[in-house]
Amino acid sequence: MTANESPYLEVADLQVRFRTEDGLVQAVNGVSFSVERGKTLGIVGESGSGKSVTSLSIMGLHNPKSTTMKGSIKVGGKELIGLSQDQLRKLRGRDVSMIFQDPLTALHPFYTIGRQIVEAYRIHHPDASKAVAKKRAIEMLDRVGIPQPDRRFKQYPHEFSGGMRQRAMIAMSLVNDPNLLIADEPTTALDVTVQAQILDLLEDLQREFNSAVILITHDLGVVSQVADDVLVMYGGRVAEFGTVEQIMRSAQHPYTWGLLASMPSLHGDPDAELLPIKGNPPSLLNIPSGCVFHPRCAYAMLKGGPCDVEVPELLPLRFADEPGHTVACHLPERERNRTYQEDIASVGVAQ
Amino acid sequence: MLRFFVKRALLAVLTLFAISVTVFVLFFMGPADPAASMCGSKACTMAQHEQIVKSLELDKSPVTQYASYMRGVFVGREIGSDSLKIKCEAPCLGVNFRTYEPVKDIIGRTLPITFSIVLGAAVVYVLFGTALGMISAIWRGSIFDRLAAGTALTFASTQIFFLGSLILLIFVYKTGWLPRPQYISPSTDFFGWIGGMLTPWIALGLINSASYSRFSRAQMIETLGEDYIRTARAKGLGMRAVYFRHALRAAITPIVTIAGIDIGGQLGGVAITETTFSLPGMGKTALGAVVSQNLPIVMAVVLFGAVFIVLSNVIVDMLYAVIDPRVKLGSSGR
Repeated sequence: MTANESPYLEVADLQVRFRTEDGLVQAVNGVSFSVERGKTLGIVGESGSGKSVTSLSIMGLHNPKSTTMKGSIKVGGKELIGLSQDQLRKLRGRDVSMIFQDPLTALHPFYTIGRQIVEAYRIHHPDASKAVAKKRAIEMLDRVGIPQPDRRFKQYPHEFSGGMRQRAMIAMSLVNDPNLLIADEPTTALDVTVQAQILDLLEDLQREFNSAVILITHDLGVVSQVADDVLVMYGGRVAEFGTVEQIMRSAQHPYTWGLLASMPSLHGDPDAELLPIKGNPPSLLNIPSGCVFHPRCAYAMLKGGPCDVEVPELLPLRFADEPGHTVACHLPERERNRTYQEDIASVGVAQ
Repeated sequence: MLRFFVKRALLAVLTLFAISVTVFVLFFMGPADPAASMCGSKACTMAQHEQIVKSLELDKSPVTQYASYMRGVFVGREIGSDSLKIKCEAPCLGVNFRTYEPVKDIIGRTLPITFSIVLGAAVVYVLFGTALGMISAIWRGSIFDRLAAGTALTFASTQIFFLGSLILLIFVYKTGWLPRPQYISPSTDFFGWIGGMLTPWIALGLINSASYSRFSRAQMIETLGEDYIRTARAKGLGMRAVYFRHALRAAITPIVTIAGIDIGGQLGGVAITETTFSLPGMGKTALGAVVSQNLPIVMAVVLFGAVFIVLSNVIVDMLYAVIDPRVKLGSSGR
C-alpha cells in the first residue's frame, strides 16, 4: 500500500450552527484538521466542546432544516458540504462509518446482531444475496474477536456483554470496508479492562484496513495510547493541535494543561491531588468574548489584556522545534513553556 | 412458557370466581324482587307470585342458588317446577326470568354483534390513530401535525351518542351515502357485515383515534431520538427504511400493549354505542336485564366481560413476548 499524497479527510474552517428555540447555537467555529489513511486523530475536549458535532458533520447526520454548515469537508477529495441528503447517504456507512459510545443503545434492541450487520452490508451491496451477506457478517464477527460467530449472529444485543456488543458494533461499521472510521467515545461505556481490548482491536483493524481513524474522547489517557495526532477542542474552537508526543510532552494551551492535570496517572504520586479545571464549559448559545477559555483560565491576561477581547489565532510555535504543533493562546510562548515546566509537568498524565 | 399459562389460567379462574360471587351478593343485597317484575304490568296474584318464586328457586338461600348455578355451568341442570320444566344443558348459564330463553342462546345471539362493533372499531382506530400519530411525529411542527392534533381532539371531545346520531342523520337518513346500521353475519354476507357495521366503526374510530394518535406521536418522537436511529442513519439507510424498519418497529411495542388492555375495556361502554345504532348486542341486552332485574343475563354478561378482559391481557403478554425479544414469558414472577 503506497502512502496517499493528500489526506483522506480534510476539514477546513468548519462552522456549524443550529437554530434552536433558545437561539443560535454556535457549536463549531472555524475548525480545520486533516487525517491521512493509516493515521489516527484524537479529538479531545469536554462535553459541549463541539467534538461530536464535528464528527456528525462529517457523517452529514445533522438535521438540514435547522443546521447551517459553512467551510469545507473533503472526504477522499470529494466536497461534502452542499451535497444532497441522498448523495450523503451513499457515502455513509460505505466511505465513512461511525462507532458510537454506548453499544447497548446504539444497536436496535429488536433485531438480531446478524440482521443488523447484514442490513448494513446490503445497503451498499444491493446485489449481494442474503447468504453472501450473512457469510460476510459472520466473517466480520469472527474478525473482531467474537467467539462462535455463527451462533452469536442469531442473538439479540441484550444477549451480548458490553465489550462483545462494542465488538459487534465495530464489525458492523467495518463491514463495508470504510476508508474513514469515526469512533465517538468508543470505550467510555465499558469496563477499564475491556477498554484496552477494544482499543487494541481498533488499532489492529486500522493496520489491516489502512483506514483513517478519528477517535473522539474526553480521555487523554486513551488518546495517548492510540492517536498519532491530537486536536484539543474547547467551546467549538481548536485550542491546540499537535502530535501525541507534542501534546503530552510540551502542551502549550492552558486548557490542555487543565486536562492533563485533571487525569490521574499510574506512575505519579498516589497522594497527589487531581486538579480539576474550575468552572463549566461555556454555553454555546452565548460564547464568551475573546478567547473562549478566558473565564476559566488561571493565566488569562485580563485588565485591558487581549484574552477577553480578541479571539486568539491558531498559530505554530515560534521558538520550539516542533513542526505542526499549533496553539490558540495569547500568552507569550516563553511564559507558557516556563509555566508548563513549573506547574504541569509534574502532575497527572503529563508524567 | 407453560408455567406462564398455568399461572394465568389459575389467576383467571380466581378472578371469575370472585366476580361471580360479587354479582350474586350485590343482587341479593339490593331491593330486588325478580318475581314481581316478571309479572309485568299486570300485578300477579299471590299464588302466581309464589309459583314464580318457587320455580326459579328464589326462595332458596343465596349460597344454595350459587351452588346450583355453578352446577349448571359445569354439568347442566333443570330449571323450574312441574308445570314448566326446562332442561338446561352444560354449560348452563340459567334462563331469562321473563321468557325462559336459555341465557346461553342470548349470549350466542348478542355476542357476535358486540364483538363485531368492538373489534372492528378497534382495528379502525388503532390503525388510523397510530398512522396519524406516526406521520405527525415525522412531520412534527408542520401544518399537518397541528391540524391532525386539533381535529383528533375535536372528535375525541364528542360523545358516541352525539357523534353517532349526527353521522346517522347526515350520512344515512339524509343522504343515504352509508348503509343503515344492522348486523349481518360475516359468514353469510361478508360485505353486508362490513356495510352494516360501518357507521359505528366510523363513529368509534373518530372518537378513539385521538388518544392513539397522541400516544403514538409521542412514542415515535421518543424513538426517533434514540441512538439506534442515529446508527441506522449512519449505516446509510434511507429515511423510509429508518422510519418504517427501525423507528416504527420500536414505537409499536407499547402501542400494542395499550391497545390490548383498552379493547378489553371498550366492552363497558359498548351499551351506549349499541343503543345509539339500535344494534341488539350484549351491552344493550345487559342494560335491559339490569333494569328488569334479570340476574342470569346480568351474571352471564359480567362474566363474559371479565373473560374477555383476562383473555385480552394474556394475548397482550404473548404478543409482547413475540414483538420484544427482551421479554421472556414466565420470568416476570421471579
